[in-house]
This record gives sequence, C-alpha cells and structure tokens, in this order.
Amino acid sequence: MSLAATARALPSLFKVSFAEAVAYRAEFLIWMLSTTMPLIMLALWSAVAREAPVGRFGQKEFVSYFLATFIVRQLTSSWVAWQMNYEVRHGTLALRLLRPIHPMLTFAVENIAAQPMRLVVALPMAVLWLWSVGADQIPRNPARWAAFGLAILGGWLITFLANFAIGSLAFYMESSIKVMDVWLALYFVFSGYLIPVELFPPALRAIAGWLPFRYQIGLPVELITSAHDRGTALALLGGQWIWVAVMLTATILLWRRGLERFAAYGG
Amino acid sequence: MMNGTLRYWRLLGAQVRASTLTLLQYRFDFFADGLLEILWAMTALIPLFVVFRTRESIAGWSFGEALLVTGWFILLQGILEGAINPSLTSVVDHIRTGTLDFVLLKPADAQFLVSTAKFQPWRATNILTAAVVFGYAFHLLERPPSPWGLLAAAFLLFTSTLLLYSLWILIVSAAFYVVKIDNLSVLFTSIFDAARWPSTVFRGVVSFVFTFVIPLALMTTYPAMAMLGKLHSSSLALAAVGSMLFAVLARIVWLGSIGKYTSASS
Repeated sequence: MSLAATARALPSLFKVSFAEAVAYRAEFLIWMLSTTMPLIMLALWSAVAREAPVGRFGQKEFVSYFLATFIVRQLTSSWVAWQMNYEVRHGTLALRLLRPIHPMLTFAVENIAAQPMRLVVALPMAVLWLWSVGADQIPRNPARWAAFGLAILGGWLITFLANFAIGSLAFYMESSIKVMDVWLALYFVFSGYLIPVELFPPALRAIAGWLPFRYQIGLPVELITSAHDRGTALALLGGQWIWVAVMLTATILLWRRGLERFAAYGG
Repeated sequence: MMNGTLRYWRLLGAQVRASTLTLLQYRFDFFADGLLEILWAMTALIPLFVVFRTRESIAGWSFGEALLVTGWFILLQGILEGAINPSLTSVVDHIRTGTLDFVLLKPADAQFLVSTAKFQPWRATNILTAAVVFGYAFHLLERPPSPWGLLAAAFLLFTSTLLLYSLWILIVSAAFYVVKIDNLSVLFTSIFDAARWPSTVFRGVVSFVFTFVIPLALMTTYPAMAMLGKLHSSSLALAAVGSMLFAVLARIVWLGSIGKYTSASS
C-alpha cells in the first residue's frame, strides 16, 4: 500500500481507536487511577524533605517532580506487549496482517488515540502541578517547551518500541509477558520513576546513564522542572534519540524474523 | 460443629493440592515467577537504601525499623497475590459468564469455595524474601526481637490477613452489581502499594484514610512496631476489633449480594 493511501487511512483509524477508548472509559479510568506509585514515592520523599532538603530538592521540588512524573507516565504509556501476546496466542494477529497497513502503525495509532482519554486524569494533575510550582517557576523559554515536547515524543517512542519488540518475542516463546515484567521492574528502578536520577548513588547513576529507561520518564520530567542547562539538555536529548534508533532497529529485526515463525491457528 | 470444621479443613487441603498440581505442570514458570517476585521486592527496597543514605531517621523511623515495615509489606503482598487475589478474580469471571451457579449448587459454603478456588504457591518466595529482610533489619538494629513482640506480630499477621481478605470480599461483592470490575484488583493492589512505608510518612487526610477506611497502617506498620516491642496493647486490641468488624461486615455484604444474584443463564 502506498504511503499516500496509508496517510488517507490514518484519520479513520484514529477515529475508530478513539471511539474504542471512549467505549471502555470506566476501565480506562481505573487503569489510570492505578498509577499511584509517583504519589506513594512523593509521600516518602516529602517526609524526608520535611526535616531538611536533599540536594536541590525541598518539599516543593519533590511535589513538582513527582506530579510531573505522574503526567509524563500517562503521556508516554503503551500496552502493546500485552496486546501482541494475546493476539499471537489466539491467532487474531492474522486479521491485523491481512490489512494493507503495517501492524506497527495500527498498534501505534491505537495507543495514541487513547491519549485524549488520558488527559482526563493528566490535566487536573497538570493544574495541580502548575499550582504547586507557582507561576514564576513555569519555563517561559519556548525552546525549553520544544525540548520537553521532543523528549515526550522520544520517551513514548522508546516505550512503544520496547513494547513492540517484547511483544514480537511472543513469536519465539510461549508468552513474553514475563520478559515485559522484568523490563518493567528495571524501568521502575532506573527511569527516575521512584527516585530522581540526580539523587541516585554514583554507581547506580552511572548504570542508569547507559540504559534506555531514564529517557522514558526521567528526561522529560527533568526538562520541564528545569534541572539542566542547555548543553546537558541537548546531550541527553541526543542520547534519547540514539536509543529510539537502536530500539527501532531491534524491533524491526525481531518482528521480521518472528513473523516467519507465525502460524495462525485455524488459518 | 466439630465435624463441620474438620470437613472445611479437608476441603481447604484438597483445594490447595489442586492448585499445586496445576502449578507443577508449569515448572519453568514457577522459577521464573519466583525470581520476578524477588526483583519486584527490590523495587520496594532500593528507594529505602537511597533515602537512608541521606538521613539517620525519617518520620521517626530508623533504617532498620523502616525495613521491618517494608518486610511486612512484602510478606502481605505475597499473601494477597498468592492466596487472595487469584481466587477472587475468578469469582468475577464466574459472575460474568454465569458459571457461579455451579459453585452455588455445591454442598459447601459458597464464600469458602470461591475464596479457596485458586492459589499461586510461587508467591511463597515473598515469605523467604521477607524473612531475609527481617533478618537484615534486626542485624542493623543490633538486637533480636522480644519473644512477646514476636507473639504479638504473629497475632497481627492473622488480623492483617483477615483485613486484606475482608476488604477483598467487599470489592468482589461489588461485582454482583457492576459486572466489569476485572481491573479493580489492579487498583486495589496499587493502593496497597502505599503500605510499604511506615504510616507516619503520610500526613493529614491520607493518614486518616489509611488508618480507618483502608487500614493499611494496621496491616504493616503495627506488626513492625510489635516486633520492635513499641506497640501499645490498646493498638493490638484495635487491630483485633477492627479486623473482626471488617470480617463481619464483609460476610453480611457477601450474603446480601449473593441473595440478589440472578444468574446470567436463567
């Protein structure tokens, strides 16, 4: 299918996927409310900062950091690994393969189309964030906002591609959900989701720099809470997009080779 | 009465055996899941290690003491996800597909049957992890727990489990009214995540909710305090009365819900 035809199909795909997200709104809301971890971590770090600040983090900075973490997690989430495992096992992936659009694109559209639903929870959180940091702390430099937008996009791409790559592993093994669980546990520890990366002990911090996880959540959050000067920010963004490229390559390889092994039941 | 109790113990044994046999078919999964549990326990412990690098004590708790709370969290999470969650999640499926009829027809108490339908024995790794955490915590504290403290903690293990179970029955009872609650278990587990820190970390409204509405403080902080010999006997009584009240309430609500149940097939 030509590029133009794909582009023509996209708006309808978005509409259908968005309608689906709206249809399951109650479940969707519960899923979103289930991301309590940033708030739980905020409680611990606030208790720490109540006595004295940690580095540049006082109570206010922690509130700002973890509310931003909550929002960024919402904006960069993807659940394709679970979908793919289900579809490979039940053989329904065959239906997706019949369509003249690459499955990677249809999965991506399904995930992105749910974003407006996520705003229902993310927006009130954003208002709370604005209120907590105070109007004077909001970055006024448009370049910073652009960098934040780019970091969100890069973060989402890494999450999505990792999901897709691990989902493709379902072609090779019975179920790759456990691989996803391992990925998630590492992501929790190294992404800055539980602990701001700059508060890591030096050894952990060095490891985190080489892993993709901190570019999924830590980097966008740090950019919007003004943790970096221009040089560092650009260097980190560069690192993030190198990871996007690496993940994209790995994903395409895993998908292509895996697809050859796929035999839909009943097909 | 005595005979009845004995019969239910034997039924429990049969149900656990059935779960274990199913599990033995997937031996690789058993080890993989056990390792995963340890990895997840690390995500609860690492923040403590990082936080206590900067401080001697947080919200009145030293590192060793806070580790005890997290140890209890890991232990109870094992019980929740190994013995409570799996069974009760399958109730929701029964209700949706209408197969709950078959459970209700069996000549034993329905609440007992659905509560013991499924166990995931690999979560027992959580017990081992918790034991290691307790050991390390008391090593840091440089003193062993008092025998009386251990006894109180064992009693609180019972009341905490009862509390968790009762809360779960209350949630499942909701499934009779609003059918689609598959992911309520996820929501509940993520609220329970807050039990990993000592309750004094939380302030204001949240602290009130976690003591009286969703009594997380009773479940992990109290047993840790008991081990330290810091728990007042009135708190012990509160835990006992509180968990009994929750259990009775859960039983009443369950019976009410089951009375209203109209099967999906008839």
